[in-house]
This record gives sequence, structure tokens and C-alpha cells, in this order.
Amino acid sequence: MKSISEIRADFPILSVKVYGKPLIYFDNGATSQKPLCVLEAIKEVYTRYNGNIHRGVHAMSDMTSEAYENAREKVRAFINASKREEIVFTSGTTGSINTIAFSFGEKYIKQGDEIIISALEHHANLVPWQMLCERKNARLRIIPVSDDGEILLDEYRKLLSPKTKLVAVSQASNALGIILPVKKIIEIAHSENIPVLVDGAQGIQHGIVDVISMDCDFYAFSGHKIYGPTGIGVLYGKEKWLAELPPYQGGGDMVEKVTFEKTTYNELPFKFEAGTMNYAGAIGLARALDYVTDLGREEIADREQMLLDYATKRLIGIENLRIFGNSTNKISVISFLLKNIHQYDAGTVLDKMGIAVRTGNHCAQPVMTRFGIDGTVRISMCFYNTTEEIDVLGKGIEKVIGMFS
Amino acid sequence: MTLNEVQDNIIEEFSLFEDWMDKYNLLIDLGKGLPVIDPKFKTKDYLIEGCQSKVWLRPEYNGQFISFTADSDAIITKGIVALLINVLSGRTPDEIIGSDLYFIDRIGLRQNLSPTRSNGLLAMVKQIKLYAMAYKAKGSELRAQSSKQGDAR
Repeated sequence: MKSISEIRADFPILSVKVYGKPLIYFDNGATSQKPLCVLEAIKEVYTRYNGNIHRGVHAMSDMTSEAYENAREKVRAFINASKREEIVFTSGTTGSINTIAFSFGEKYIKQGDEIIISALEHHANLVPWQMLCERKNARLRIIPVSDDGEILLDEYRKLLSPKTKLVAVSQASNALGIILPVKKIIEIAHSENIPVLVDGAQGIQHGIVDVISMDCDFYAFSGHKIYGPTGIGVLYGKEKWLAELPPYQGGGDMVEKVTFEKTTYNELPFKFEAGTMNYAGAIGLARALDYVTDLGREEIADREQMLLDYATKRLIGIENLRIFGNSTNKISVISFLLKNIHQYDAGTVLDKMGIAVRTGNHCAQPVMTRFGIDGTVRISMCFYNTTEEIDVLGKGIEKVIGMFS
Repeated sequence: MTLNEVQDNIIEEFSLFEDWMDKYNLLIDLGKGLPVIDPKFKTKDYLIEGCQSKVWLRPEYNGQFISFTADSDAIITKGIVALLINVLSGRTPDEIIGSDLYFIDRIGLRQNLSPTRSNGLLAMVKQIKLYAMAYKAKGSELRAQSSKQGDAR
């Protein structure tokens, strides 16, 4: 693996100063920073070969279409899907989940059916299902979690019934960092022939994702959380499902033949890609996946585990600091509160020290409700963070405690 | 002191500190002097939506001036509310409606604690002005009523 200084030099933003202090970026769970190669790949699209994909007879369109389809192949290989037909580009995790909530919902969900999610879901893997349930008069069931934030598998088993039509769970909780036992959840659902969607927004960037060994039916992730650009995401779906589902949006490129009487749809994956896609985003994302692959996904996972262990040790040493989500199986995220200090106060002052953290409910209000709190302070680290930054954070938190008590 | 004199005093006080940490310490101190809302009014009716921290703000109108009591669960937010109340409490509805709160920019509050930062500063200002408009409308209604009563007498 490259040295940490070499890695950091790949990310121009990491040398930026905020309020005159070096930026310490601990909000990677919200969005990650971009290596120069990704920025250059996007620039190259617009400076060298920009043309609308799948449409023109001219060289520009051909080159862009080829780069876009190469990007699809990169994504396929990255998550180890069997076929490129199973890779749909979307606007992000939210776009991917809404696609399935609509298309799967239209085809398979009837009154009285049930959809199961977990108590750890981000609103993106909750609200679309709630909307579907309202549309179809179906029911949303929730897998509860322990006081440490761990999924209660026995309770999950009890929720499954002939009414269950779909299970949708996160690979890892954005609010607490806990990794969910998705493989087990999928195995249990499949034993009842129930398909499973995995929200990989917080999973794709940490370690290796293999949709074949995971055996999920659908997998969703965002480009911007894995060092790619914003506005691009991926929906993986097993071909047998995607072939059956009706399209989500109608428009150009997703059609085969259009008359005023009837339209037939294009083949997979184009059936789910209506209108001009964010091809520059897809090409940028492919470059980001290359970057991560070159760096080494196992090495990234090891380094992030080291940072998590180091930060956890430093933070639990601080008096009156409580960590939410105590599991040995976590992504490099720590959610915490300081006794009698509002998360907003802590986050505001840390910001002034140049430390970017997330405060609030992390778009996961039911998770906060489960623990009887309004929000937390969350640090989410990735491979380009350092132990020195964690030391500064530790001192920063102690300063916050000094200021507010 | 006029509304603008109070604003000028605040600007002067904040200009004494270069470092943002010191400015926050000042905000924390100001928060301690906040006229605290009676806990029984810490209800949904007085909660200002759009803040990452909770803010309750209650107006009282004596027919001439509006005064405010408030509270927040975050200390920095409490300081911000205290600043707003220092400037706007005890003023007439017209003074509040017509006020130009330039101190927010001048002490760097807007830049550093802008609405995108979810502190709800703008939501608070908007709510205060809405209360003032409501009281103004109510006041003219009352005056119209009393002048009618006067005619009858």
C-alpha cells in the first residue's frame, strides 16, 4: 500500500485550511473526498470526448458511450456481479432504492403484504418503503435491535410470514457504524423464498463487496461515498428480477419502439435508465473504483480497522463520553455524546478547530428514538485519516468539555 | 437605547475578540443571561421548527411592547437567542417588523452560523417578525374596536 503521505497527496482537498487550521475531515460517512484522478477523469470527459451516450453516429458520442459502458463493466467487476445487464446506473443509493420500491412494489406488493426493514435504517431505506406501503395498503415491519444496536435475529425470524414480500436492510448503520449480519439475514429470507435488498451506502467503501457470495437480490450504493462524484449511484439486481420488473421512469433510451398506442421497452439494463444519464459521473465513479482497487481493498479495510480501534480507545478514555453502538463488528464510524453537552454545541466548536464531524440524527430519526436521544456527534473515518488527526480530535473534545461544563 | 444602539454595542463587544473560541465563550456567557421561558410553555406551540437544537420562544404583548422569553437545549443556540432577544425584546411591533438586523453579519454570525448550519437563526428571526406582524394586526383590530366603542359612547 502507498504511504499515508502519498495517499493524502492524492486528495487535493486534504491540504485545505479551515479557519486557518488544517482540515481534519471526519465526515466521510456523509460524503468522501475525491482523489485527483477522479477529478481528471471527469475533466477529460468534458474536454476531450463529450457527446450524448447511445445516440449519435459521431465520434464524440461513440467515445462517451464506450467510456460509459466500460464504467458499467468496472462496477460489475467491483461488486462481482455476473452480468453487465445487472448493473443499472442511478442518481445514488436513494435513487436505486426508490427504483425498486416503485418497480417491485407495482408488480408484487398487494394489500396486506408486508415488507421488513431493520430499526437501524437510514431514511433512504425507510421512507420509500413507507410510501409504497401507503400506496398499496401494505405493512412495514421492523427488526428490532439490542441496547448495543445489534440486530435481533430471533425477532427477525418471527417477523417472517407468508405475507412477507421483501426484506430491505443496510449493510452497515450510518448512524452507529454497526455492520449488520446481511448474509445471515439473506439466508433466512431465502429459505422462505423472500428476496432481499441491501443498502450498501455505508458498506461499499469498506472492504470487499461480493454480491454473488452475499446472494442479495438487489444492492444499492452511491458513488460519492466511495471517492467518486455526487449524483451517480448503482442499482444491482439479479437479472431474473430486473427482467420481470416494470420500468421506474419513462423517457428516452429506455424504449425499444414507441407509438402513440404502445411502447415496448429496451433490454436490460437500459430499461431502467431513462433520459440522459449522468455519464460523466459514471466515468468518474469507475475511476474511483480503480483507485480503491489499486490501493487494495483489504489494505483499506485493515487501515480503517486500525483507525477505528485507535479512535475508540482514545474516546472511551474521555470521562463523560458515551459511545452509541457497541459492537465488535463496525465500520470506521463512532457515534457519541458528551454528558450534558448538546451535540450541536460540540460539533460547532470542533468545527472551529478545523475538525469536520456530523451532528444530529444522521437521517435516521428512528435510530435516535430507539436510544432515547435527539442526536449524536458522529465521526466517520476512512483510509486517508491519521492517528495524529484522532489525537487532535481527542484534545478537541476535551476542550469542548472544558468550555461547556 | 434604540434597537440599533443595542446592535452597535453587540458589534463592539464581539470586536474585542479575534479568536472564534473567545467569541463562543462570549456567546455561552450571553446564553446564561437569557430571560428563560416558563417551563410550562416549553410546548410544541412555542417550539421553532428548523433547528438542529430545540428552541422555544414565547412572546408577550402588553398592547405597546413585545417581550420574549426563550430557551434552548444547546448552549451556543441559547447565546444566539439571547442576542436576538437583547435587540428585539421590549420593542413595538413596528420596530421589530422594520428592524434591519445588521449585527448578525457584522459579528460573523451569518457566515459562521448560517441557516444551512441548522442553528435556525433565520427561522428564529422569521418567527419573531411573524409574532410582531400578528400583534400589529391584532392591535389595529383592537383600536378599531375601541374607536367604535368610543363612537357608541
